[in-house]
Amino acid sequence: MTMAPLELTQDMDVPKISLKGVKKAFGPKVVLDGVDLDIQRGESVVIIGGSGTGKSVLLKSILGILQPDAGSIRIDGEDTTHITGRDRERAMAKFGMLFQGAALFDSLPVWENVAFGLMQGQRVGRKEARERAVATLGAVGLGPDVANLSPSELSGGMQKRVGLARAICTNPEIIFFDEPTTGLDPIMADVINDLIVKCVKDLGATALSITHDMASARKIADRIAMLYKGKLIWVGPVSEIDNSGNAYVDQFIHGRAEGPIQMQIRAF
Amino acid sequence: MNFLSAIGRATLTFLEATGRLALFTLTALAHCLRPPFYFRHIGRQMVEIGYYSLPVVGLTAVFTGMVLALQSYSGFSRFSAESAIATVVVLSITRELGPVLAGLMVAGRIGAAMAAELGTMRVTEQVDALTTLSTNPYKYLVVPRLIAGTTMLPILVMVADIIGVFGGYLVAVYRLGFNASSYINNTWQYLEFMDVVSGLVKAAAFGFVISLMGCYHGYNSRGGAQGVGAATTNAVVSASILILVMNYLLTGIFFS
Repeated sequence: MTMAPLELTQDMDVPKISLKGVKKAFGPKVVLDGVDLDIQRGESVVIIGGSGTGKSVLLKSILGILQPDAGSIRIDGEDTTHITGRDRERAMAKFGMLFQGAALFDSLPVWENVAFGLMQGQRVGRKEARERAVATLGAVGLGPDVANLSPSELSGGMQKRVGLARAICTNPEIIFFDEPTTGLDPIMADVINDLIVKCVKDLGATALSITHDMASARKIADRIAMLYKGKLIWVGPVSEIDNSGNAYVDQFIHGRAEGPIQMQIRAF
Repeated sequence: MNFLSAIGRATLTFLEATGRLALFTLTALAHCLRPPFYFRHIGRQMVEIGYYSLPVVGLTAVFTGMVLALQSYSGFSRFSAESAIATVVVLSITRELGPVLAGLMVAGRIGAAMAAELGTMRVTEQVDALTTLSTNPYKYLVVPRLIAGTTMLPILVMVADIIGVFGGYLVAVYRLGFNASSYINNTWQYLEFMDVVSGLVKAAAFGFVISLMGCYHGYNSRGGAQGVGAATTNAVVSASILILVMNYLLTGIFFS
């Protein structure tokens, strides 16, 4: 089942995702302080930033899991900032997401995890859904023997692959990656990066990732944006990241403790 | 001034929690009525709550019935009112002890399991993952548990009533030497339809509260393993207290 495309979605000039002045605070703590970002169709944008700078909050705001306090979020030109219920579910059908800890449903076997969006969201029959799930598992390098295992029987890298398979199984137009390489060894991280690049390219999808792993960011990004203190302080093509002329970006990509970014240590 | 601000803060926290619970309940009830319905999940929860709770509820009921018969014998024999034992056992079980004890046992068994499961799903982002897969977590997680809890507890209590009365019969006949047929006759004689029905209505209310507390605390748990632990404790404690309070209120409505 595919969505009847709105006229706007056919217009190449409309950004796939458009954020304007998005703000979010939890009590007195301001997490997002006016974020503006346009992501074009088919583009892969990576948001970098330290831990606790609001990267996850930004993703969850776009997904509608959190409500921003101010600003607007547009998907294909449609304002989705405050939609709920059926409209939200319709908008969510365009999305796939790979969670940081994979977030697989541990009560279901691997294939039902992968086929979940097909069976629940698109009402595909179990038999067909299973076939498509096994095919998608193949696309991320997992054999059909994995399909009947429980997620808890898999290693971290395999869980990430299953999470990736689940995210892409419904052929989403937009895919989010939340720290896709965190907790993996460097080789497995690179395998996941390659898979992400391949899957996004094969689907022709728009991708938005958040990470603090620069090797991963360089590999999967077309453009990189840096989030610091609730604002995007630098946005540019990945090729310019080393010549950004921005002291904050330089400090972050070289991983130096000394520089304009001071880690907030509560002890004193 | 500190004293006043502490009272104010506690009041605000209480009102906030009440409001959040009310919103959660209304949202869940609204989703109960609108499709899609996850029948597989409703069935699975019914088996989990109804079938797997049978041993613990049955054991509770049989020993309660036995103790009731023993205790009322030792009391009533002082003024030769032994014939009232059967009536005391059946009325206590059907009206009060069946629903309340079954409710408390199920609150410990099921309320805790629900809070722990939903809490773990929340902190490992599985609840968020449902949303990204076009599935409403209320419909998928909360509604099946509410429906299963509300429908299964009356059935459990009906079984508990029968087993409890049977426990009383065992003690009366085999230990205290009552005549079996006259004991059964006494049991039926003063039992009214309303006694059983009131117990079953209570059971439905308790089942709803157990599922609601389990889901609410699990769904809103925060902060890793400790948060899930706190959610589990809160679910069991709040469900147990609500059961006792509601039992008093419902008894007042039925028998005043």
